Amino acid sequence: MNKRRITPGALLRRNGVQTILASLLCILLGLLVGYLVLLVINPQGAWDAILAILKNFLYYPSPAAATKYFGTTLVKASALLLCSLSVLFAYKVGLFNIGAAGQFVVGAGASLFFGLGLHLPWYLCLLAAVAAAALAGGISGALKAYFNVNEVISCIMLNWIALYCVNMLLATVKEQSTPYTRPLSSVNKGALLPSLGLPAFFSGNEFVTLGLPLAVLAAVLVWVLLEKTKFGYELKATGLNKHAARYCGMKEKRNLIVTMMISGGLAGLGAAVFYLCGIEQWMVQQTSVPAMGFNGIAAAFLGGLNPIGTIFSSYFIQHITSGGSYVDTGMYSSQISDLISAFIIYLCGFVLFFKLWLNRLLDKRDRKLSEKQEGGKA
Amino acid sequence: MEKYAIEMLNITKRFPGITANDNVTLQLKKGEIHALLGENGAGKSTLMSVLFGLYQPEEGEIRKNGERVAINNPNDANEMGIGMVHQHFKLVECFSVLDNIILGAETTRAGFLMKEEARRKVVSLSEKYGLYVDPDAVIEDITVGMQQRTEILKMLYRDNEILIFDEPTAVLTPQEIRELMQIMRNLAAEGKSILFITHKLAEIMEAADRCSVLRKGKYIGTVEIKDTTPEKLSAMMVGRDVNFVVEKKTAELKDVVLKVQDMTVASRQHKNNAVNGVSFQVRRGEIVCIAGIDGNGQTELVYGLSGLESLQGGTITLGGTDITRLPIRRRLTMGMSHIPEDRHKYGLVLDYTLEDNIVLQRYFEPQFTNKLGFLKRKEIRSYASRLIEQYDVRSGQGPVTRVRAMSGGNQQKAIIAREIDKDPELLIAVQPTRGLDVGAIEYIHRQLVAQRDAGKGVLLVSLELDEVMNISDRILVMYEGEIVGEFDPRTVTVEELGLYMAGSKRAKESGPHMAGGGAKESGPYMAGSKRKEEKADE
Repeated sequence: MNKRRITPGALLRRNGVQTILASLLCILLGLLVGYLVLLVINPQGAWDAILAILKNFLYYPSPAAATKYFGTTLVKASALLLCSLSVLFAYKVGLFNIGAAGQFVVGAGASLFFGLGLHLPWYLCLLAAVAAAALAGGISGALKAYFNVNEVISCIMLNWIALYCVNMLLATVKEQSTPYTRPLSSVNKGALLPSLGLPAFFSGNEFVTLGLPLAVLAAVLVWVLLEKTKFGYELKATGLNKHAARYCGMKEKRNLIVTMMISGGLAGLGAAVFYLCGIEQWMVQQTSVPAMGFNGIAAAFLGGLNPIGTIFSSYFIQHITSGGSYVDTGMYSSQISDLISAFIIYLCGFVLFFKLWLNRLLDKRDRKLSEKQEGGKA
Repeated sequence: MEKYAIEMLNITKRFPGITANDNVTLQLKKGEIHALLGENGAGKSTLMSVLFGLYQPEEGEIRKNGERVAINNPNDANEMGIGMVHQHFKLVECFSVLDNIILGAETTRAGFLMKEEARRKVVSLSEKYGLYVDPDAVIEDITVGMQQRTEILKMLYRDNEILIFDEPTAVLTPQEIRELMQIMRNLAAEGKSILFITHKLAEIMEAADRCSVLRKGKYIGTVEIKDTTPEKLSAMMVGRDVNFVVEKKTAELKDVVLKVQDMTVASRQHKNNAVNGVSFQVRRGEIVCIAGIDGNGQTELVYGLSGLESLQGGTITLGGTDITRLPIRRRLTMGMSHIPEDRHKYGLVLDYTLEDNIVLQRYFEPQFTNKLGFLKRKEIRSYASRLIEQYDVRSGQGPVTRVRAMSGGNQQKAIIAREIDKDPELLIAVQPTRGLDVGAIEYIHRQLVAQRDAGKGVLLVSLELDEVMNISDRILVMYEGEIVGEFDPRTVTVEELGLYMAGSKRAKESGPHMAGGGAKESGPYMAGSKRKEEKADE
């Protein structure tokens, strides 16, 4: 009957197209607002500052230095990617996992303790991190399923419980004179993630390891799980309409708990790939939950809640966050980069808003069209 | 000419595709109790919304004390002294009775609440009308009857003259109902005008002075209660004209597929049981219809059968197996199909595509999921396409249309295709034609009859008497959570059914011998019936 042609309407319907449009819009708006704020604070340095944030590692004139710091950004981005996958996964099932931050902390604690305290090899440390974080997520899931405790509340409380427990745990493996955990490279080299020869591509940046491909692989796996499997079909149905899920006999309580466990496991994996490459040590006197998990929320939304999209959004957010350290601190306080990325992150919320609005518009049009068709046939 | 407190004259309100009120007139005298009677969807709610300014009618006018007034929004209605007790109370659960009464009409001085003044007024009002309730009790601790009194006091506190009660007795115990009737009479005696919306004929006969009847949006008439009988009112409410005639053969009864014994389900709304010790059977090859007015336990009965709600007591047997404690999925795979009452809440995942919704009950079967847990998208597509073709489900983009973008009739067709194609032993259909146009209704009725003729058991829950009379082989009437009568549609009249549905009559004991109960009264109506019966041997 009608030829298969890609109409503008059908093109706009495509989730990917919508997401990319919306995300780009948010980034632009965020940068604009950030620039305006810089202008207000100090008009002279505003342009240079925004450029520095955008350039990040390109700040270094030598290509070797630039590639090295590109590697560092990628390492951090891969941890962020896993955190954002954690948020995304839960969100698809109708849960808001603000506890990714706490699960990240649990993962850090488990991986470092297994590496430094128990001297176990890297793969066991990795597994321990995933398992411990999955357990932490599962607690919130079970509370939600059986006692209808809002997962946001239980997650936030668990974030703090996790932080102080991990501080206590890791105090047993800290250096004598500093509040930092002992470096893995001197205590237990076997706990460091295998490099797979990757540092050669990044001017010998030894922190680039298995973690990078692992994070990308996780994104692909999450996508496959959600889009291609029976399990994903069930989880998404539960998230979109839990009444209908119950009506057709899905076990919505089990789905809630399993979802939070997988979500927690992803955040834990994020912590493992970050701390097991040795790029940072844990500071056992920390009094705030690391921002990685919270930034994961932003990356998930900026990526349009698509696992593949989050690969790019995670990189972008890490890019500007790292870029912030190159801003001239003589003109601006050092927190300015956080402020700019906060603007962009804040505007990420509009990705969903924009999509909602666009879909309503298209639905309205489609309904009119189908009514016309039905009228014609009858 | 007599002055009316409020008059709605020749109101016509149209919505796309339907005339909700067609030339409706309602005249409320000062100091009378006026009942408004009509089936579900008769247009009562629309008429009240017009009175409260939520809708503007296309034609007609509203008069207060003989003068034409404009009501553009609920605030206008409040200013004219019109108040309403809604079926579901609008109370703040954790506030006291007094706080709820003054909420929105607080007396303040310099920003501080003058509660003592309010308390004096409330106490004097409750003494004047016999509305005893403790002003300091917290709403969540008091009975539904007391909550309703709070709602009534709210209207009186605002000096409302016209009091509307929307189905006020639905949630009350018999004693509370008696007390409410007395309160209403006290109010009327003090010069308040009362509009009493209900389905229950006995209550109208007891309390009202006059009654106006609506049917399918049309104004049927207003009668004096002293000149009428429940039978006459019932006839006015349900009408005599049967709209659709479904051709069907005589039922060929086979073995019992569903057996329910003493089923009891708790209510989410009130403390009584929603379903109270119900027993019945459905055989293969028959359509059993549960008739009744909305809110008499039909919804909970189906929740109990499908497993959405657990039973307080009793057993359910499906095809010889006790399924009382089985999970939902097991019941469904054992041959139960369920067309749910609320297709948006339960029947569909609106943001899923049509094909994903069509396999919602079968996606886990080996034909759609391989051993590794991956969905077989190709098979899903071809299965969905076949059903879309076979059941004529129309949509913008075929299998990949988001269901949210489809029309209500086609959404329902998709559910019916899904549930019938499962080849069930028992098909439970709850209000399957609600909100659909004539063509879709006819289609769905044909499908239900076809299932029966294929030897399935069909349990139909319907609020539409036409539907009940036309396609069922056996009728069970539910009233206040119990089955109050069992009838054969060939021998019972709609008037008779109406009396059972409204609680004016009930069988002493329900059983098969009841089936002929209405036979004596099937007089001229049945003779003139347009029913077409075809003998199986013809």
